[in-house]
Amino acid sequence: MKPRHKRAALIGGGLAALGLAAYLVLNAFESNLVFFFTPSQIASGEAPKNRTFRVGGMVKEGSVKRDNLTVAFVVTDTAKEVSVSYTGILPDLFREGKGVVAQGKLGDDGKFSATEVLAKHDENYMPPEAQHAVDEAQKTIKTLK
Amino acid sequence: MIPEIGHFALILALFVALALGLLGVIGGQQGRDDWMALARPGAQALWLLTAFSFGCLTYAFYTNDFSVSYVAQHSNSKLPGLYRVAGVWGGHEGSLLLWHFMLTSWMLAVSIFSRQLPDAMVSRVLGLLGLVAVGFLLFMLITSNPFLRLSDVPTDGRDLNPLLQDPGLVFHPPMLYMGYVGFAVPFAFSIAALLNGRLDAAWARWSRPWATAAWIFLTLGIALGSWWAYYELGWGGWWFWDPVENASFLPWLVGTALMHSLAVTEKRGLFRNWTIVLAITAFSLSLLGTFLVRSGVLTSVHAFASDPKRGVFILLFLSVVVGGSLTLFAMRASKVRSGGSFALVSRETFLLVNNVLLTTAAASVLLGTLYPLIVDALNLGKLSVGPPYFNSVFAPIMVPVLLFMVVGSFARWKSDSATELAKRLSPVGIASVVLGSTAPLLAGAWSALAALGLTLAFWIVLASLLQIYQQLRNTVNWKSTPISYWGMHLAHVGIAVCVVGITMVKGYETEKDVRMVIGDTVSVGGYTFRLTGIRTEAGPNYHADVGDVELIREDRVLRTLHPEKRIYFSSTMPMTEAAIDTSLVRDVYVSLGERLEDGKNPAWAMRVYHKPFITWIWGGCLLMALGGAMAALDRRYRKKAASFAATPVKNGALV
Repeated sequence: MKPRHKRAALIGGGLAALGLAAYLVLNAFESNLVFFFTPSQIASGEAPKNRTFRVGGMVKEGSVKRDNLTVAFVVTDTAKEVSVSYTGILPDLFREGKGVVAQGKLGDDGKFSATEVLAKHDENYMPPEAQHAVDEAQKTIKTLK
Repeated sequence: MIPEIGHFALILALFVALALGLLGVIGGQQGRDDWMALARPGAQALWLLTAFSFGCLTYAFYTNDFSVSYVAQHSNSKLPGLYRVAGVWGGHEGSLLLWHFMLTSWMLAVSIFSRQLPDAMVSRVLGLLGLVAVGFLLFMLITSNPFLRLSDVPTDGRDLNPLLQDPGLVFHPPMLYMGYVGFAVPFAFSIAALLNGRLDAAWARWSRPWATAAWIFLTLGIALGSWWAYYELGWGGWWFWDPVENASFLPWLVGTALMHSLAVTEKRGLFRNWTIVLAITAFSLSLLGTFLVRSGVLTSVHAFASDPKRGVFILLFLSVVVGGSLTLFAMRASKVRSGGSFALVSRETFLLVNNVLLTTAAASVLLGTLYPLIVDALNLGKLSVGPPYFNSVFAPIMVPVLLFMVVGSFARWKSDSATELAKRLSPVGIASVVLGSTAPLLAGAWSALAALGLTLAFWIVLASLLQIYQQLRNTVNWKSTPISYWGMHLAHVGIAVCVVGITMVKGYETEKDVRMVIGDTVSVGGYTFRLTGIRTEAGPNYHADVGDVELIREDRVLRTLHPEKRIYFSSTMPMTEAAIDTSLVRDVYVSLGERLEDGKNPAWAMRVYHKPFITWIWGGCLLMALGGAMAALDRRYRKKAASFAATPVKNGALV
């Protein structure tokens, strides 16, 4: 094999590998980006049906109801609310009145069924998305006034 | 008084590092013996000052000096002694001091184990490392001084985050930082060689043990972190593709590529440019990791924007390092001549292919890590890239890496015949496919992914065994085989062990969340758990609900497990402590959730797991690290510079 052919083979192989990697990346990216919506955005119908996304805000005081391992609670951004249900063990820092982020799908009845509930390990810590939801809602309330 | 002395030692260290950097680099460039002679003592003085400063902070922690702001935030008088010491690196400022301490420790090591190198090279390398130290010292003194005092002294500290109160975390950060910072050494060697204009086999040989040493620490650090997350976070995961984890995994991937590329550069004089780029990238990714973890961008891009001092400093530092070294590289790259030629089928090709694949894997992980941050920073919305992305991109890239790893170690340098190579490898290939596709049947359900994973593991192990057998048959005395040969095979087998662990856990783990009252049982993976009691217990700085759970197999009680739910006094936040029964082939794992019902017979949420072969994941990492240590300790790295002139190329391993 001539050096020129060899170089061509190497470059061709490299491009093929890169192309494959790019294909894998784009393919996986497309289907695995998890978007975030605030309860207000859900209320105004911006959130998709039957696609996984995240919702965040505060767990409304007095809204947590348990039935065996299934928990129902309300997430609020101080303006709008969304009902969430989850089956399984909640993270240690799940508390009424504290920040929470849930990942799952929105049903046709407007209820959110979570497959994952995230809360980080610091009692004063507010998940950034939850904080963002409350801030956005507060901003809207202020501009409306 | 002690904290002020520590602070003062840091300021002195800054001046020493500055002097070392300027005199070392300029002295090395101009061949001034009097300046070059200062490099080694300068590095040693820098280490002494840093160690002293680190000691001062440790002392402040040990004596509960809450007048120091950093101590007050990360310690508490009830904290046990070991965790008070670990508290030194429990927060931002102390972590940086540890980072810097590690950097000077590497410099100390270079100054001691560099007798065989020319003085000008040592002077440049230590000088460059001194300049890196200047960056970190400035960062600490300007934005993150751990010795700041509080005017209003609290009676007690805020306590160390309970998650960090664990023996695993005492060792995890030092190991990880040692690895991160270690890549500064091959980086400095590369830049020094660029400055010198001589990128020869000797340069590669000098860099190799250092790159390997850094890689060993990083491997151990990542493994410890993963193990810690597994048993301490309480929910049985061992890798989350969290940005913090990715930050340590990126330099590992590039570092792995670097080690192998250095081998080719040393043995064959090829890939010099590529090796330099990898050395620069590995260190830059270490700095990027520091930026991600330390600037607060991960918590919130906008929080970072409101207090950007720290982040901006690291970004500036990063751009100086990356920009400066790439500019230098661009200026010198044309002078770097390639050493020789190689055929399409040769060990060089397979090493190059794997190098490219590893870098591609690193790039895709980097994309997934940074993308949400960039989108958020541009106010384009909030999103996250979850583990499915990483799994579906990373795994397909790693399959050919594992395949070619073996082909590369079988192929000859320079040129090999494809048919010859296929003939040598086919028995291994057939045996591993047969074994790999039948083994899942023993585990229960057959699955294509499990078969693929196990086939690859057999492929690697059988190939190594075959090569070792041939090596022993062909040499008269087994002692004549260099220790690095054994190191390479041990590390490769470590990869296989790790692959077995990942495959088995992914394919066959079972998990159940249940509600239990005392007397209830739950079965998972052939084991039965019976809750026999829940009691309260007091620890030194917490109180806990402790469950008694009998682990039963075939009607026999194996042992009683004690999962805990702890409430720490200082923070009132609960912490789940899982109880794990470990054996070589499986872990069974139980953790205590919340109390669901009060009353006479309270009900608890519990989670039970059966995880086959999970310890193999970390065992494999340990083998890799051991193999790396054997490779780095090879006798020929300690030979005098004079004997470097001729580097014979053997058909043996990539040693």
